[in-house]
This record gives sequence, structure tokens and C-alpha cells, in this order.
Amino acid sequence: MAAAFSSHLPALQVVLALLAAPLCVVLRRPGAAWMIATVITWALLAIAMVLLGRVLETGTITYALGSWPAPWGIEYRIDLANAFVLVLVTLIGSVVMPYARASIPAEIEEPRIYLFYCMYLLNLAGLLGIAITGDVFNLFVFLEISSLSSYVMISLSRDRRALVAAYRYLIMGTIGATFYIIGVGMMYQVTGTLNMVDLATLIPNLTDNRTVMVALAFLCVGLSLKLALFPLHLWLPNAYAYAPSAVSAFLASTGTKVAVYALARILFTVFGGSVLIDDFGLQELLVVLAVAAMIGGSAVAIYQSNVKRLLAYSSIAQIGYMILGLSMASVIGMTAGLVHLFNHALMKGGLFMVMGCVFFRLSSVQVEDMEGLAKRMPLTMAAFVAGGFGLIGMPLTAGFISKWHLIQAALEKGWWGAVAVILVSSLLAVIYIWRVVEAAYFKPPPKGAAEISEAPLSMLVPMWVMIGMSYYFGIDATLTLDITTGAAETLLGGIQ
Amino acid sequence: MGFMAVIGFAVARLRNLFAVVMLTGLFSLTAAVLYVILDAVDVAFTEAAVGAGISTVLMLGTLALTSSEERVEKSGGSKWALVLVVVTGCVLVYGTLDMPPFGDPTAAIHHHVAPYYLEKSGQEIGLPNVVTSVLASYRGYDTLGEVFVIFTAAIGVLLIIGRPQFGRRRSHRMLVGELHESMRTNVILRVGSKLLIPVILLFALYVQWHGDFGPGGGFQAGVIFASGFILYALIFDIDTARTMIPARTTRLFLVFGVLLYTGVGVAGLFLGGNFLDYSVLAANPVSGQHLGILLVEFGVGLTVAAAMISIFFTFAHQEH
Amino acid sequence: MELIGLINYWIVIVLMMTGFYIVIAHDNLVKKIVGLNIFQVSVFVFYITMAKVKGGTAPILAEGITTYSNPLPHVLILTAIVVGVATTALGLALVVRIRDAYGTIEDDDFENQDGEP
Repeated sequence: MAAAFSSHLPALQVVLALLAAPLCVVLRRPGAAWMIATVITWALLAIAMVLLGRVLETGTITYALGSWPAPWGIEYRIDLANAFVLVLVTLIGSVVMPYARASIPAEIEEPRIYLFYCMYLLNLAGLLGIAITGDVFNLFVFLEISSLSSYVMISLSRDRRALVAAYRYLIMGTIGATFYIIGVGMMYQVTGTLNMVDLATLIPNLTDNRTVMVALAFLCVGLSLKLALFPLHLWLPNAYAYAPSAVSAFLASTGTKVAVYALARILFTVFGGSVLIDDFGLQELLVVLAVAAMIGGSAVAIYQSNVKRLLAYSSIAQIGYMILGLSMASVIGMTAGLVHLFNHALMKGGLFMVMGCVFFRLSSVQVEDMEGLAKRMPLTMAAFVAGGFGLIGMPLTAGFISKWHLIQAALEKGWWGAVAVILVSSLLAVIYIWRVVEAAYFKPPPKGAAEISEAPLSMLVPMWVMIGMSYYFGIDATLTLDITTGAAETLLGGIQ
Repeated sequence: MGFMAVIGFAVARLRNLFAVVMLTGLFSLTAAVLYVILDAVDVAFTEAAVGAGISTVLMLGTLALTSSEERVEKSGGSKWALVLVVVTGCVLVYGTLDMPPFGDPTAAIHHHVAPYYLEKSGQEIGLPNVVTSVLASYRGYDTLGEVFVIFTAAIGVLLIIGRPQFGRRRSHRMLVGELHESMRTNVILRVGSKLLIPVILLFALYVQWHGDFGPGGGFQAGVIFASGFILYALIFDIDTARTMIPARTTRLFLVFGVLLYTGVGVAGLFLGGNFLDYSVLAANPVSGQHLGILLVEFGVGLTVAAAMISIFFTFAHQEH
Repeated sequence: MELIGLINYWIVIVLMMTGFYIVIAHDNLVKKIVGLNIFQVSVFVFYITMAKVKGGTAPILAEGITTYSNPLPHVLILTAIVVGVATTALGLALVVRIRDAYGTIEDDDFENQDGEP
């Protein structure tokens, strides 16, 4: 039985989540729904790790859905690049779910909680479906599953600003998806296929084709909206700031990362990466936008008094780092970008969980309200400092690993300006992290502040696990670097 | 298509939102006619039911719950928008320059992948409607995803505007309150719809099962079925309509449909094929295909019908 | 001669841009969703236009017919239509809630009430 299932793991990676979502609807009890969500996420993590192991050993895995071979049917294609993403997404989910047990009831009304977990599972299924697929239209379908469920999850907060944030995200996200579909349509029109590998073989003959160029533009813009690349990032700050904390923690660590992966997949696997170097300045454009994001995002973060919003702007800057790495189209550059994808997910996830703990006790995430918090919630604030170090890029943190490699990659290409930007934005990060640290550690608590204690254990433990992992992978990064280097090589190598 | 362009401009300029919504419905309907001309009969069917039907109803519902006039806009932002739109349009036009001309039979898309479906689906699946073969079998996984999208929307709407206490019969001023009085007393509407509704429901069933041979299938059937109920609710009594299909039942069907579809896929796993392989479901692969398609289309119809009904009732139960 | 064959596509592009403009230029939440719909429907028309083969018929296998229009875009658009209506439903649900919470559905009014950018 086990052997029979094991060859179907690619399908189960997504199907299990899809099956669990309606089950939550039927069960109606928040506790049971949480249990299902947690257990399934852990199972999916196990599957993802097995798949990663297999890819490391034997190379790319393919799976034909419906047993129809590609390009007539839809196929799943797992190589190092997406196996790595699958593990990331399920890992984040596995840590956030135990955390959610206490966090969610504090932020969402009880009768809706079981449906929330249904949405979460759908979101998870969508993200995994995007990462694992080898068909560009199938990607769209699962992109929309993940997007729609995101809009809903964000809107569930009691703060009414979440509603507007969710609406704006819906509008921008749908425009992005529609652009993506336009790109797919144009690609289909000149090639006749929707399968990524198939497209990759047909495109080199079409590099002069104007339809192909425009298609690439639309695909990139569509995905850039989803990954919040400057200047298409406008939906992100409010969406992450006002969403329920567990939702922010999960989405901030997964949603945009999967979109970055999708962009890399389209640019490198489908369009064969040479597009970046050869044609119409795409590389320059990406670098400019990445740099703008890095400086702009960090700078704006400094002025935020809502700490979640601060972290959101920080995310925009960090996404800039990832795109900078990708745009280099070199092995080291891409490795840096991909490893930062992983590292940032851990750090930001941890930091949003910190804010969830803060909100749990204070019902606020404003910097002013957090004054003197370090005395009353020492473990929570220590986690903030630890995560903050990661964002800045101090040695021993995962953030350091990413930045170090990014700088090395930039030096290798002779991009001195980029090195300067990386250093400047790290300094800016010091400033915005310091704002929060100063308030929590060096200011007295506000007058008449209520007596509060630490956050509950069920929230502290996952939070520290997340932060702890970011240090583990900062001290011993061999695993992450090996995998991401392999992934970078796979992406750059095109189709073998 | 020129007609559609005119409608599009009118929508942009008009401020009365009711008019805007009706025009959008008209836009969809015109698109549906266009699809028929372009040989896309299944799509036309679905666009008419979904685009002109459901979307319009929901928009009208939203307007009734909010406001029906758009405020006068300030001009500043519109300039930027115009520039952006014109630039995007020009880029698109640039992209069309290398496209194969309209209707060209030598275009790439007619010679790669697609011909396989036209040539082989007859033997491999044995259904005349090639669109159904592709939708439900060759690319059945996309359709599974799509059913989950509808599922997500239904649950999402419940989460966003639903009242968590289901099953409690509350009488509140319904969204359709004012419409009710006039419609309830209108004899023609009452008698007409009493005759029409069973026909609609039957038609839905026909479309569901006939989709293999002609245009039709799960989606269209589900939407038509739902519209039968919605019609009843609009003209008669929404509370009575609700008792016919209480929230719990709708939810059950919603869940059952997706589980059925996924279940068929999993069954394929147990019987030796890949996920969603229907050929292994019966002794003869072609019969297996037929069985698989029948079941999944039914699952689609169930979930779509339940979703549409659920969404409509959730909107309708809002207090005015 | 070739340009004539492209005119259809150009009209579709005009439609798309009309919808796109409505979404980004107007502030009323419902109108934005209407614009989104028009944008999406136009994209669908584009796909279906692509699928047509001169002299072909609907892709339902029948005796004696050899030329069919391409079924694949039809399948894709069927999916896309459903995705579109799902998005519309969720968007409208959000509009209703926003109206309840803020009393208005014009986009730039929200900041005034909340006092934040």
C-alpha cells in the first residue's frame, strides 16, 4: 500500500490539502478544524521532504495527471527549484499552525474559525499547486485558488481596514492574474502549447517574434504584481498590516515567495534565461526596480508607527534583494536570491509571530504602545531582536548568509553600485529595527498600562522555533546553500 | 464587436450604477452571441448563464445593499490612468503584429496539441463533444481546480458576509423586500414562473447529462439549476425557498461535489492509474472514461449549483 | 492584407483597455468590479477569436465534418469564466461589508475616516 502511494506523492502533495478543506467545512468545530489543518500540513511537509530527497538523488520527477502524457495532459514537474519551494511552504505552515491555535481565536470570531482553516488549507493547496506544476495554465488556476483564499483570510480581521486592504488586493491581484492570462494566451497563440518544457523547446526559434516579447512582458508584470515588486507593491503594506497575525505570518513567508519562484520559472526555464541578458534590457529594468525596492522599502519602513506595516515595508525591500539576485542570472546571484527566499521567510514569519504575541496581550501593534514591553514580555521581545538581527544581516543569522552571497555575486559581476545599495539598505534596516527595540527596551511603559504577562507557550514555542531555524541556517548553511546552488544551476541550465 | 465597444464606453461614462450593471449584463450577452458566431458554443452557454446571469444578479444585489449613484470623480487621477491604459494598449497592439491572422488554419495552435484532441478523443474517450473530453479528462485537473475555485468563493462569501448563526429562522427586512410586494401580487409573474421553474430545473438536468453530445455539462447545468431556485426566491418568498434548501443541505452538496470529483481522482490511484486517470475505472478504458466524466461532471454540477444558491442566499440575507 | 486579419484583435484590445481603464480610474468600488469584468470578458473574447478556424465548425465530432475550430481555448476560457465570477462574487461581498463598516463605497473616502495613508 505504501509503495503504491509513494509513486503518487506528487499528486498527493496538493490533493491532500484539497481534500482536507471541505472536511473542515463539514466538521464545524474550531478545534477539529485546527487539528485537521495542522495534521495535514505536517503530512504535507513530510511529503515535500521525501520529494526533495528523491530529486536530490535521482533528478527531476515528472507525474502525468490523468495519465495523459504532456503536452496533451497536465504534468507535474519537480526539480530542485520547486522541491525546495514545496518544503519551504509546508515548513512555514507547519510552524504557524500550532501558533494559530491560540492566536486565531484572539483575532477572529469563534463561529468563523472552522471556515478560516478551510481557507487556509485552500491557500496552502493553491501555493503548492503553483510550485509543483509544469503547465502554465494550471499555474493560473492554482494561483487564483491561493489568491482568492488570501483575500478572504486577510478580510477576517476585526479591524475594518482589513476589508479595504483585502478589496484593493483583490483588484490588483486580479489585474495581475489577467495580465498573466493575456501572456499565456499570446504564448499559446504562437506555439500551440501550455506545457513549460514544451514551450522551452519552441521559444528559442521565436526570439524575434514580437508577440512572444509582449507575452513575456505581460507574464512578468502579472507575476510582479503578485510578488509585490516595486512599483506594483501597493497592495502589500495594508494587507499584511491589518490581516490577522497568523495570516500575516503565513502569507508574508509564502505568498510572495511562491510568486518569485513562478517568475524565475517563467524567465529561466521557459524563456531560457538568455532573454535576460540578450534582449531589451530586462535585466537592467529588474535591477533598477530591485534597487528602488531595497532603498525605498527600507526607508518608508522607518516612518511607520504600526509595526506590522513596518515589517511589511521591510518585506518589500527584502523582495528587492531576491529579485536583484535573480536578475544577475549567474549561479551565485541566483543562489543568493533563492537562499534569501528561504531565509527571509523564516525571519519574517518569526517577526510577524512576535507581533501576533504582542497583539495577543496588548491588542495593539503601534510602536508607542509597545514602550517598556521588554520587561513585561521578555521572551517575545528577545525574539524580535533576534529576528531583527537577521533582517539587518548580522553574522550568525540566515540573513547574513543571503547578504554575503548577494554581495559576492555583485562583486563577481563588477556591480559596485549594487554592493553599495545592499550595504545602505542594511543600515536603514538597523534604523527601523532600532525604533522598535528602543521603544520596548529603553522607554518606560505607558502610564496606566495594564498588567500583562508573556504570551502563551503555544505561541512562544513556534515563534522561537521559527527564529531558531533562521539562526540554525545562519550558522550551518551547507544544506540550504547546496540545495539552492543546485536549484540555481537547474534554472540556469535550461531544459536538459 | 463594435457594439461591445460602445457598451464599454457607455459603462465608463455613466454614473448611475444600475444602468452600468445592466449594460455589463448586456456586454456579457453580446459576448455570448459573439462566441456562438466563433463556434464556441459551450463557452457561449456558460458566458450567458454565468456572466449575464449570476454576475448581474450579484451586482444588482450589491447595489441594493449599498448605493446606486457614483459620486462625481475628481479628474487628477484619471490622467495617469489614461496614460497607463494607452501605453498598455499600444504594447498589446505591437504584440499583435506577429500574430497569425484571424481564422488562419495554418496557425501554430491548430497544428500542435489541439489536433490530437480532435483526432484521438473519438477513440480514446468516445464522446462527440471534444470540449467536454478536454475539459473533463485530458485537462481534468484544471477543472478540478476550477471547482475548488467556486468552492472557495462560496465559502469566502459565507465568511465575509454570512451570518454565523445558520438554521435560525429570523425574519428581517430582506434585500428583496420592496421587489417582493409588487412581484408577489403580479399574477402573470406568479403563474408564469410556476410554469417556468420546473422547466428550468428539467432543462438543467438535460444540460447536465447531454453535455457529452452537445454543448452543456456540469457548469452550465449547475448555474441553470441554481437560477431556477433563485427565480423562485425572487418572485415568491425567500424564506420558503430557504426551507426547500436549507443552508445545511446547500453546504452538504457544496462539499459533496468537490469530494466526488476528488474522490474519482483518488479512485484512479487505487486502481493502478495516476490521479484522475479514468481509464482504469472500468474494464474497458473507454467505458472508464465515460464513467469518470459522468461522475466528475455531476460533481461539478452539484458544487456549482450549491455554490450559486449559497452565494445568492448569503447576499439576500443581508439586512437592508 | 495581413493587417485586415489583425483588426479583430485590435478591437478586442480596445475593449480590454476600456475595462482596464474603468478599474484603475474610477473610485467607486462597484464600478471597479464592473470594469474588471469587462476587462476579463474581453480577454476571453481574445482567446476565442484565436481559436476560430475559417470554415470550421464547433468542435463537436460529427459525420462528414473535417474542419473544426480549436477546442483548447474553449476549455481554458470555460475555466477562466468561472474564476472570473468567483472573483466578482468575493469582490462584491467585500463591498457590502465595506459599506456596512464605512458607510461609503468610494475608494478615497476610507483614508479620511481612518486617518492613515
